Amino acid sequence: MQQGPKEKLEYKRITQKHLPKRPVFSNSVRAFLVGGAICLLGQFVQKFFIHFFDFDQKSAGNPTVAVMVFLSVLLTGFGVYDRIGQWAGAGSAVPVTGFANAMASAAIEHRSEGIVLGVGGQMFKVAGPVIVFGVVSAFVIALVKQIIKMVI
Amino acid sequence: MDMTFFYAFLIGGLICVVGQLLIDLTNLTPAHAMSALVVLGAVLDGFGLYEPLIELAGAGASIPITSFGNALVHGAMAEAEQHGIVGIITGIFEVTSAGVSAAIVFSFFAALLFKPKG
Amino acid sequence: MGLIGKQTWEFASQPVLISTGTVVGPKEGQGPLGHDFDMVHQDSYLGQGSWEKAERRLMEEACETALSKAHLKADQIDIFYAGDLLNQIVTSGFAARTLATPFIGLFGACSTSMESLALAAMTVDAGYANYALASTASHHSTAERQFRYPTEYGGQKPLSAQCTVTGSGAAIVGKAGEGPRITHATIGQVVDLGVKSPFEMGPAMAPAAVDTIAQHLKDTGRKPEEYDLIVTGDLARIGHKIAAELLEQQAGLFLGDLFKDCGILIFDPDQEEVFSGGSGCACCAVVTYGHLLKRMERGELNRMLICATGALLSPLSTQQGESIPCVAHAVVIERGRWD
Repeated sequence: MQQGPKEKLEYKRITQKHLPKRPVFSNSVRAFLVGGAICLLGQFVQKFFIHFFDFDQKSAGNPTVAVMVFLSVLLTGFGVYDRIGQWAGAGSAVPVTGFANAMASAAIEHRSEGIVLGVGGQMFKVAGPVIVFGVVSAFVIALVKQIIKMVI
Repeated sequence: MDMTFFYAFLIGGLICVVGQLLIDLTNLTPAHAMSALVVLGAVLDGFGLYEPLIELAGAGASIPITSFGNALVHGAMAEAEQHGIVGIITGIFEVTSAGVSAAIVFSFFAALLFKPKG
Repeated sequence: MGLIGKQTWEFASQPVLISTGTVVGPKEGQGPLGHDFDMVHQDSYLGQGSWEKAERRLMEEACETALSKAHLKADQIDIFYAGDLLNQIVTSGFAARTLATPFIGLFGACSTSMESLALAAMTVDAGYANYALASTASHHSTAERQFRYPTEYGGQKPLSAQCTVTGSGAAIVGKAGEGPRITHATIGQVVDLGVKSPFEMGPAMAPAAVDTIAQHLKDTGRKPEEYDLIVTGDLARIGHKIAAELLEQQAGLFLGDLFKDCGILIFDPDQEEVFSGGSGCACCAVVTYGHLLKRMERGELNRMLICATGALLSPLSTQQGESIPCVAHAVVIERGRWD
């Protein structure tokens, strides 16, 4: 079979014809609903901490995130989060619950390789990029802002 | 009536839609899309736009992963106010430790308690 | 006997497929072919401590089943050909340790079933073995955690994804005895038409299947109608349609209803998370050794061409921007001696 660039281009055309189009609209609707619901839940949790535990609007963010992370890890452990994820797409991946699921699923999966090298070594396998890019971009942006401040 | 609840749902949902479109329209993996959103959060805070969003939408802006980028920039800037440029590095993790620490600790214990279901 | 045409082996002695063993997981058992498998496990851990250990048990059980059906002991096997998807084909190596037979490990990804069967037949036909055992296995969770994500990760898969079959198929080939005959095998060439996404395995493998099937018919001088069934391993719904189109366009071959695919047969589209169909080494193995051979026994099929397809990527190669090279190997199985 000829495998030159012309054949590859033609094959790409054939493949595109047969690949089912991603249901972008229905995916987006589901992402909106689930993402919105998770954030709404977070809002309730935040209000709870403000009313019953004397946090203020700013500092209530911390225990709220911790609670959402806990819930996500629990659902991951029970084998439910991946089902939700297939249906909700970004709706369950974008909230911090998605980050927690990435960490927890990797930790749980690699337990078979031991606690140190498996759980410890592989925990950041999926979530690592988020932390790396978050820190690096924050560094760059803060640096740029600081330099601008110093110059002006 | 506390409109924050409405905006929490709306803004949270919309940020997720942005993530979904990134994945569906560009063939990026979820990890790529999440990294892009974190950077977006950091950039928005660089322009001072993320804090007002949190005022308006509460958890709708603080729960999505974009807030991680925002918090990192905030922590870095706050330290830089006090200690100059060195503060940028020392401050970066001050404000976000809740999310990351919680994820590490709970994931560790989950690994001891749960087996993957496949 | 020997090489005919460019890539096809003709087995003059027509070795016998003496027995087979098929073991599958719960999802496969619930599928349309559930009754055709020797063993269906409800627990995809098979009571083992890890997914990898479970995959090993699958292969061991398939081999043990084939041996017991043939009334043979493992020490009567002269050569064991096996392969799987895991790094360093550990499943096969460890299964070979348990069986304690002379062992050759193979890597053909999902084409390993026919790759191993072809080699088993060739070894027996050439007189280097009286009994040869060929096996392959795959497991949904081991493939998931090695090639993609941890199994509990909530990432969303597109519709073009496939579902790795949890199972193992084993076949014993011998010089003489009762059973279907292996008459020819066509060894495939690696074909790569530039598909890069691991969620488009079917489209990646289709050209390789087309190349091997077309070459087989050319080498043997046969027409498609001389077969009752031409089956690909795991192109699934999307890849299979593409292959049918390519066969018409490029080789002028119209296969119609006699062209099927194991990845489409093994799951019901309504089953949870099967997407476009099954994949994995075990897919072709269990459907062929379980379902198709049973149809042959019942007299519904006299001659079939099984073309197993494999994608030769690694978890790293796609991250490094490489496309996915694929290979397909085909074997002809006949109901009785062909004269």
